[in-house]
Parts: sequence; structure tokens; C-alpha cells
Amino acid sequence: MTALEPAESEAAAPIADRLAGKRIAITGTTGFLGTALVERLIRCVPDCSLVLLIRPGRRGVEQRLQREILRNDAFDRLREEHGDDGFAAMTAARILPVAADITKDGLALDDAGREALADCDVVIHSAASVSFDNPLDVAVNTNLVGPVNLIATLHDLDVTPHLVAVSTAYVAGTRKGDAFEELLQDGAYAVPIDWRHEIETARRARIAAEDESRTTDALERFHREAKDELGAAGNTALANKSEQLRQRSVRKTMVDNGIARAKSLGFSDAYAMTKGMAETAIVELAEDIPVSIVRPSIIESSWAEPFPGWIRGFRMAEPIIIGFGRGLLQDFPGSWEGVADVIPVDLVVATIIVAAAHEPELEAPTPVYQSASGAVNPFRVGQLYDWGTDFFRKNPIYDDFDQPIAPPRWTFPTIDKATTQMYRARGGLDRATQVMRALPLRGARASFAADIDERRDLLNQAISYVELYGKYVACEALYHCENTLALHQSLSAQDQATFDMDPRVINWHHYVNDIHLPSVLAQGRVKTAPSGKRGAAFDRQDRLRKQVLDERRVVAAFDLENTLIASNVVVSWGWLATRNLNRGQRARLILKALGESWSLQRLDRADRVDFLRHFYRRYDKAPVEQLERDAAELFSELLLKNSFPDAIRRVREHRALGHRTVLITGALDFIVRPLEPLFDDIVAPSLEQRDGRYTGRMLNAPPIGEARAEALRQYALEHDLDLNESVAYADSTSDLPLLETVSFPVAVNPDTKLATLARRRGWLVENWEPAPGGERKILPVAPYLPRARRSA
Amino acid sequence: MTANEDRTPRPGLVLEVDRSTPPILFHHGEGFRLESLPAGRSRVLYPAEPLNPLDDPDGAIRDALHNPLNDDPLPSKLFAGMQLTIVFDDISLPLPPMRRPDIRQRIIEQVLDLAAAAGVDDVHIVAALALHRRMTEDELRHAVGDRVYDAFAPSGLLYNMDAENPDEMVLLGETSEGEEVQMLKRAAESDLIVYVNINMVSMNGGWKSTATGLSGYTGIRHHHNVDTLAKSDLMDHTNSEFHNRNWRQGDVIRAAGVKIFQIETTINNNVFGEQGPMSVLQKREWEWTARDRASFIGMQKGLQLMTPKARRKIFHSHQSPYGMTSVQAGEVEAVHESAVDNMLKQQLVQIEGQADILTMGLPYLSPYNVNSVLNPILVMCLGLGYFFNMYRNKPLVRKDGVIIMSHPTPIEFHPVHHPSYIDFFEQVLPDTTDGHKIAHKYEKQFAEDEWYRHLYRTSYAYHGVHPLYMWYWGSKAIDHTARIIIVGGDVKAVKRMGFTPASTLNDALEIASDVVGPQPTITHFHNPPTVMAEVL
Repeated sequence: MTALEPAESEAAAPIADRLAGKRIAITGTTGFLGTALVERLIRCVPDCSLVLLIRPGRRGVEQRLQREILRNDAFDRLREEHGDDGFAAMTAARILPVAADITKDGLALDDAGREALADCDVVIHSAASVSFDNPLDVAVNTNLVGPVNLIATLHDLDVTPHLVAVSTAYVAGTRKGDAFEELLQDGAYAVPIDWRHEIETARRARIAAEDESRTTDALERFHREAKDELGAAGNTALANKSEQLRQRSVRKTMVDNGIARAKSLGFSDAYAMTKGMAETAIVELAEDIPVSIVRPSIIESSWAEPFPGWIRGFRMAEPIIIGFGRGLLQDFPGSWEGVADVIPVDLVVATIIVAAAHEPELEAPTPVYQSASGAVNPFRVGQLYDWGTDFFRKNPIYDDFDQPIAPPRWTFPTIDKATTQMYRARGGLDRATQVMRALPLRGARASFAADIDERRDLLNQAISYVELYGKYVACEALYHCENTLALHQSLSAQDQATFDMDPRVINWHHYVNDIHLPSVLAQGRVKTAPSGKRGAAFDRQDRLRKQVLDERRVVAAFDLENTLIASNVVVSWGWLATRNLNRGQRARLILKALGESWSLQRLDRADRVDFLRHFYRRYDKAPVEQLERDAAELFSELLLKNSFPDAIRRVREHRALGHRTVLITGALDFIVRPLEPLFDDIVAPSLEQRDGRYTGRMLNAPPIGEARAEALRQYALEHDLDLNESVAYADSTSDLPLLETVSFPVAVNPDTKLATLARRRGWLVENWEPAPGGERKILPVAPYLPRARRSA
Repeated sequence: MTANEDRTPRPGLVLEVDRSTPPILFHHGEGFRLESLPAGRSRVLYPAEPLNPLDDPDGAIRDALHNPLNDDPLPSKLFAGMQLTIVFDDISLPLPPMRRPDIRQRIIEQVLDLAAAAGVDDVHIVAALALHRRMTEDELRHAVGDRVYDAFAPSGLLYNMDAENPDEMVLLGETSEGEEVQMLKRAAESDLIVYVNINMVSMNGGWKSTATGLSGYTGIRHHHNVDTLAKSDLMDHTNSEFHNRNWRQGDVIRAAGVKIFQIETTINNNVFGEQGPMSVLQKREWEWTARDRASFIGMQKGLQLMTPKARRKIFHSHQSPYGMTSVQAGEVEAVHESAVDNMLKQQLVQIEGQADILTMGLPYLSPYNVNSVLNPILVMCLGLGYFFNMYRNKPLVRKDGVIIMSHPTPIEFHPVHHPSYIDFFEQVLPDTTDGHKIAHKYEKQFAEDEWYRHLYRTSYAYHGVHPLYMWYWGSKAIDHTARIIIVGGDVKAVKRMGFTPASTLNDALEIASDVVGPQPTITHFHNPPTVMAEVL
């Protein structure tokens, strides 16, 4: 209340006059709140100038200012009022972007930047990492180290501008009951924390997590998991994957660490915790810098300014709302009566500006203004649900098949029950995925695995929403805003209209139905009307196919096994080896082969090149001439019978379009020779010959995995072909390097792993069936020859 | 054959369907249907019972070789140092394949004996494929017998001809109408060709044996086209532009000095045997005994329980106990006239007038899917190219009438035998079903495609152009009729071919009534065993 006393005496002075001639530095202006703040200051405080502290990024601050701030539709109103040129001139005159990084010492300012900052009368610190699932050290760095650096820099510059720190109402923690506008350390529930120590331990936690992720066990586990997911995809792909898994694991450790630490201190998450510690640090370090603290609750789309429903980016509630509308969130924890403390962004902006215009006395306690609706105009979770249900019944979202999605019926279980249900569902999907991966599925059946994977992703998303946001919805703290209301009361009638910050102005039904939900739907890019086309996935595949068969493509590379032909090297060998045997010899050979099948399979999974090297030894002492004769028969009897007519037609289509076609296979050259007329070139390994017999040793490394990609690169180089205009067809993750080499990869009858990957990456998937009517044998044995030749 | 010796086989007949007529057997791919035809306006054309076969086929062959028609005895034509080429009909004949020993084996063995006696040592034995697929070793062994195969094949003297090998083919000249005449070089340059026919239908034999059978695309395209076929009664070579052109090419062959000793044989109607479960298929329904009924029902149930693969295997492993009814040798045309006469004795049945609707049950087999799959194109060709054309004088169905065929018509293709058929079905038919347009737009492409050529030459594929020929074969029937309906066929396949699908015969008759009115006359073509109509 103390903060109000000077205000009363100056009640008449309008805000615009109070801030006239002032230079205001702002951090975090590329964010949702920051953008709105810049817009309102430019529009409603005509005589102030702004210094925006922006991280330069790749584009540099000027570009970021133009692209990420001024081009936002928040400025449409100003642009209309001033015209494009007038707007540009005005913003150029009043806004100075400065390169800064608040996580760095001295904010990484250059001299000009230091000068600009030193010149400021007010500093509004609104930069924060608002994501609720940030790793602990990232949250600490942005939310705690940031303001500490900022104050240190101000001390360093020896200036004392009015610092308005944007915090969050949730610094009050997860407790129930009243949360007043007071500093944390003054509250009844204060937990003494040494914020300096927290910075230090967060850094150490990162180092520990990094170390932990690099232990032999962990590294082996990542490699194993990568292999599980990708199969024998080659070294580079596996290395990339395991490194990705390691980084993911470190991040997860740090996120969990943040949540655990926050929980242990009574906060909902690392965001609220670090913000709370930041408040303490700011007050402790401020010395002669006057500080005001503004604590908004959940900031959502605007009530009126710059236009009703203005929103930037996907905010906290949006994923939940869209998830609800799309039927993804089948239930949500909390209670009907629970308060969803939402505050429109324009009310928060007004509070910040008005607070900035009311610099507190140094001796007075630090004023805290909570911008929250819960205490004075509560908005119930149940209201949102009821109105949302009505809204989505009238304005349904459409699924891929153009059918309207009915909004789910929420029962508001406890958060534990809700998450348990979802965990159970996820466990089911996890097991299903494992089973699918283990099964030798291909083609359409494998795409079922991709479906499961997609559903699991969606469920994971839903789980994270419930875990993170559930706590907020279930939060029963009541955020008071007497200071804010009193500040509002102290304003002139005109300012009260211009800088309306009284949550009681909000009609929630109107806000939900007419402002927020339509705005969210527009932002969420969801299908709000039937497209008239059957199945978006269908269209996408058609489009991809057209691209693949475009005249501009130059080369089409094909794998053989399971891409052109449902067969493999083992089957070919079995056929050739049994062709000239009698019944007894056959039986013995088959039994022996069956006995070895397990170890062969293991070898194949471990390393395909080793497998081939090992397997081709079986051709040792095989007569060259006879094999070539037999291979011609094998072509008709085995390869063609098991071929995919669509695949062969596709090769021919490519040729007809003038593309070069090349077969890159680990199958032996004499076996694939009959396919020569189909391709411009064939890359296949050859066996060494001695005295008319094969030795079982390969003359060249088989083009498998990365070598296959390399073979294509080499081929492209030799023939001066552009891989960016090339197509590759393959069936398994071991061909990932090949597929990634070209710009138009096609997964043919993919195994479950590749099906999942292809779906994620948006690749064309072709499910080609062997010709119906072709005979297929279970055992790869040749048909009996007439006795006369069998004995030979 | 004892059963036959007891009585004279009965000739074919036309049954007027009345209310006492039992349901009629319709072949339906690898299965059967029993259908009731409307009484009072339906007729069924039945084949004759199998004629009694020759008692001593080997003796008859010997006699024919020594006493040829319009020609000198074979032994007098054989001499040491000569080149002799024995050519035989390929796997497309007879249908189904004949139980061993095959007639071709009997004849070739005798010809080889005579050649050996005359000291001939340059003998080639060639399967006359034209644009058909190569025969496998098993199939060749079946046709010529193991003894001949083992004596000639290993040294490369028994083989499938390759009409796409430019080194093995020769142009003999052009006819008066500018039609090129192409022939297997070895045959053309031999001192004597002995052509061993099995005549299954009267379309085959005569000059068609050599002019078509030993030719490639270059020669064949002059008569295998829509316009020629439209002007042809294919089973009556005296009234057929198709045969005129073959005969014209025969003139060129003769003028080129190519010597042909033609052997044509005819076989009886004993397709399904006198015994066994399938024998019921060549009996007339009202004569079925309780045992026949039981075995038919058993066969139906059994087939339903089988997997399609097992069903196919059962059917394709059936070999017919045909009996040879005649053998004639000598000069091409004289031999052919005699063979046709003998064949008509078995096959020809007279019927009065055309019908509004022709119904037929299509079996599992056509000339082009022995040991293979009867794909939709072949279904079309079997019904419209073969069955429809089994007439003399005029078609069984009137102009602008309706043909109703029964076949499951699955979208199945043999990937080795019919690769270009798959593409024809997937690429050409969605574009057009018009024979002229197909010929104009696609024939060259399919005929000259390198991949199809490769598969025809080295694998077991029909020539690339073959599916188009199948389509041409049926186009006369398409032009002749107002509507073609397939009962029980795969809807997608039937529609793709431009026909109308129907699930039952009654539905089909209902659909047909749009075109032919509510009380149409119907003729059912009860084939196989083979019957040919003489429509008066």
C-alpha cells in the first residue's frame, strides 16, 4: 500500500506526461508480453523513447526488431494510423535496438549499448524463459542470472533507473489460500534460500548430468537404443542418433532436476522457482536502484488492446484448448470449481506501464503489483470446459477424413489419476511398438507401427500438458491484487480507460467465446472447415509421387531386396544350392541351413557387410559356368516370381522420363545380371574366380549401408548428376544413409523402423505387393529337376 | 475306352429348356456354377460325346507318313547330309494338356526313326512359339518325351525358337498385298520342315502353322490386328480374312522354296475322362446319376474349402485322356482340309438362328495360361476371342445382343509369364478399351519394349505385344454386341475392361433386359468339351 502514497498526491498527472521525455530500456521484447509492451508504449506514451535489449542471434538486432517485433500484427493499428512510411520513421526515431545477452556478464553490451543503457530512466525487465519444462540450469541462467547481471551492469554503469521487474504470480508456490502482493521473504510461507548457491549447484548439476551421460554404461545404452530404433543404419546415422539420445538424456535429467528442486521448495516448476529466487536477488542487490515488481498470472490473448484477441505464439493454454478441440486430451485433471487464473495481456501491459510511471521512494518497501483475476473476477475451469464444449460443438475442428471431431467429456480426475491412466495407455503403446519392431513386418502392416508411433507422440504431448499445466489448473492459491487496483484507482479517468488494468472489466463468457477461442483457432492452424478432399495423408503421398516422377529428376537409385523383389541373398543361395541335389542331399542342406539361421540372423543384424562376407563363403568352389546357367533360371523361377510389378514399372517410368536408373545391391553380380536391361547401371559385388570356380571371397566391398550411399555419391560424381535432383528407393533403416543422400527418398515396403521414420520425415512411402497369382515358397529350394540332370 | 466300344457316341445337341430341365453347369474359373435358365426361350448347345479314338495311333501315324496326301512318302524326302527341322505346336495345345504319351512325342519319335534310317544327322527340333512364352524343360519333356529330350536338348538341338533374335530370323519376302513374311532361319534354310500339329480348333493348322507359328512380330502383325479380325470368321478358314492373309504368306513361303511336310492330328472330346470326379463335367445334367450328383457336390465343397493356390494346382495338374481321331500328313492345304473335316465330325453341332443373349461359363484354362494364371485379359480373350468365335456361318448371338460370361476374373497375373499384361491392365485399359486406339497408341511401344523383349527371350514371358493381341482377338465380339456382362467377376477388373459386372445370372439377365427387352431368347454355350456351332 505504501507505494500508492506518492501516487495519490500526483493523481492528476497523466501517465503519458509522467513518462514523457523518458528513455525506457526493455528486455524480452521479442516475446509475447514484450511485443505488446513496445506497441503500447509507442502508441499511448507518445513522448518516450525505447532502448530494446535484444539478443543479436544470426540476423542481428535491427533485423530482429523489424522482423520479429515491428512486423507483428500488434502494430497493424499503428501502421494504419501513420502509414507505412510514417510508421517506419516514427519507430526509427523512437526505438533503438541494442545487442545484449542478459545471461552474459555485463549483458555482453558494446560501448554504444552501455551508453544507451546508462542513459535510461526506466528499465523494464521482461525477458524470461517461460517454458515450464526448461532444464534447471537454463531456467536459472535466464530467469535468475539474467536480472542479477542486469543489476550488476547498472551498478557498473553507476546509474539508478527505475527497474520494473516482471515476475509471475506463481512465485507464491503451490500452496492453497491467499497470496498477497508482498515480497516472498516477507510472506508467511517464506523458505530461506541462498540463490547464489542455487546458481552454483545448477551449474554443477549440468556438469554432473553431462558426466553421467558419458559413462561407459550410458554411452553403450545410447548406442543400443539408437540401434534399436534405426537398426543397422550405418555408423554416421547411428552416431548421430546416439549423440542425439545422449543430449536428450542430459536435458531430461536437467528438466527432472529442475522439477524436483522446485517441488522440494514448494514451487510448481523451475520457472516459478527461479522467478521467485530472482525477486529475492533483485531486492537484495538493488541498493540505490528503485525497484517495482509486477506479477502476472497466466497471460492470454488480449481483451481489447491493440485489438481484442491479439496473441503471439502458442501460449500456455492454447495447446490444451486445441488438444481439447481435437479430442486429443480426453480428460484433464483439476476440478470444475478450480480457478483458472487467466489475465489478458493488455491488462498486464497496462500494469507494467503504470508501475513504471510510479517510481517508488528508495526507503519505501518494494512495491509488488499482481496482475491476476482469481481474487476479484474468478474464472472457473468448469466454465472454460462448458463454454469450450459449446464452442467446439458449434465450430468443430475437422479430422483428416473431413469429419468433425466431437469435444471429449472431461471428468476432472485428480492429477495422479489422470496421469496414471495416460501412463498406462502409453505403456501399452510402448509395448506395442516393441512388439512391432521385433516382428518382421513390412509395407502396409509396418505403417501400422508408424500409426502407433504417431499416437504415442500425441499421447506424450498430452501427458506433458497434463503434467505441466495440470498443476496450474489445480492450483488453488488466490492471487490478490489490491495494490494493482489501488494504483488503477489513483489514475485519472482518462488513464483508467487508456491503461485499464482492472480484471473486473472482463466478461469471461464473452472473452472465451468471442475473443479467445476464435483467436486460438486462427493461431493454431487447425482445420475448421472440411477440405473437400479425402484424407490429407492421401494427398501428400500423391504430391510426393509427382515430385519423384518429375522430369527434373536425374537419377533413380534402387535397392533390390524387398524393394524390387521379395527375396534375399539367403533365398537365392538356397535355391541355387539345392537345384542340383537329390532328395537326401536337399534335406541335409536344408536342416543345416535351418540350424544356422539363428546365428546368421544375428550376424545380419549386427553388421550386414560381415554377414555377406561370411555368407558368400558358401559359394566357395561353386562352378562358375553352372551357376551362371542356373542364375538365368533363378531369375524366372525366384526373382521374377517374387518381384513387385509396381516396382518394375516404376523403374521403367523413371527411364521413360529420361532419368538414369541404377541398381545398388549387396546381391551378387551374376544373380542380378538378368536385370541389366532394366537399369542403366548395376552396382553389385563380384566373387573371385579361380580355375572356373568361385572362391567365396568378394572382390569388392558390397554397397551396403553407408557404402551404398557412398556408391551413389560416387556414381553421381562420375556421371555429373545432381543428388539434389535424385530419387532413392529402399526398404530398411540400413539404407538410411542412401535415402538421406538424395532429396527425394522413397521408403518401399518399409520395415517398422523405417515406416516410423518415413512418417516423421514426410517421405513418400510405397507399399508394393508381389504380383497376385505368383507362387511363393516357404523354403527357398529349387524345384526338382528331372532325374537325368539331378545327378550331374 | 471299353465304355465307348459298347455304343456309338452320341452327337452334340441343342436342348430346349423347359420347366423340367435341371440347372445347367456353368464353368466358373477354378469352380462351377449351376444355373437355371428361363424356360421356353432358352437353348443349350451341347458338345458331342467323345468319338471313338483310333485303335492303333502309332500305326495310323506310320501309315500317314508313308502315304501322305498330295505328297511323296516322308522316307523318300529324307537323305543323308540334309538339314531336317522338326517343328511342333507349343504348350498352348491341346487344352488341357494331354496325358502322356503326347501325340507330338509319338510322331516325332517315328520321324526321327525314319531320319536315322535315312542317315540324316542334322536334325533340329523346335517348339514353334511365335510370340508365346518359352516352354520349360518339364513342358518340353512332356511334349516330346524324355527320350527325345535327352537325346537332343543337352546338345542344343531341341529348343524354343526366339523370334526376337535377329540372327535367327529371316525375311522370306512380301505378299502381293505387301505383307512381310518372316520365318525362323533354321527352318527356312532346311531341306525339309516337318511340322507336327495338334489341331484343337479349326482355326489352327494349314498355313497358319508356319506363317504364324514360325514367324515373329514382323510377320504376325499383318493379320493380328483389329481390322483383319473384324472381317474373319476365325473357325472357318474359307471365310476369314485372317486366314486369307496367312494363306497369302504361305504362298510366299512356298515360292521361296521352303519345303514343308505338314502333319495334322485331331483329338476327341475326352477332356474330363470317363471316370474320376471330373467325368461328370462331360455328362448332360439330366443324365447325372445319384453318384454323379454326389461327386459334383463333393467336388464343389472340396474346392470351396481349398486355398486358391491348392485349387489352382488341382486344376492345372489335370491332364486329359484324349484319344487321337485322325492323323494326316503331306502337303499343307490338303492335309488341313482333311484335318478340319475330321475335327468337325467331333465338334460341329447345328443350331437354328441366333439368340438375343449368349451365355457361357468360362473354365480355368485358355491357350495362354497353361501352368499359369487366367488373368482378366485372358478371361476376356477366352470368352470373346475364343468361345464367341466358335461358329460357322454367323455368331450364336445376334448383332447388338448381349454376351453373359461367368468367371471370377480375379486381378491376378503371373509375374513371369505375363509381365506386359500387368502393365497393359494398369496403364492401357484405364486409358482406353478401344482396339483401334490401343493399336495406334500402344502397339509399337509394347512390341518394341526392351524389357519385355528381354523377358520373352531369356525368361518365360509372352511377347510384350501379346496382351494387345488378346484384346484385338475379342474386339470383334465387343463390336458385335451391345453389352458384355461378367457374372461373379471382380468388379474392378470387369469395369476396367469396359464390361458390366453382375453378381448372379439373374442379375445379369435383368441388366441385359435394358438392351434386349424383357423376354430375350438365350443360347447357352456348353463348352468345354469343345463344341462348334453351325448357326443356320
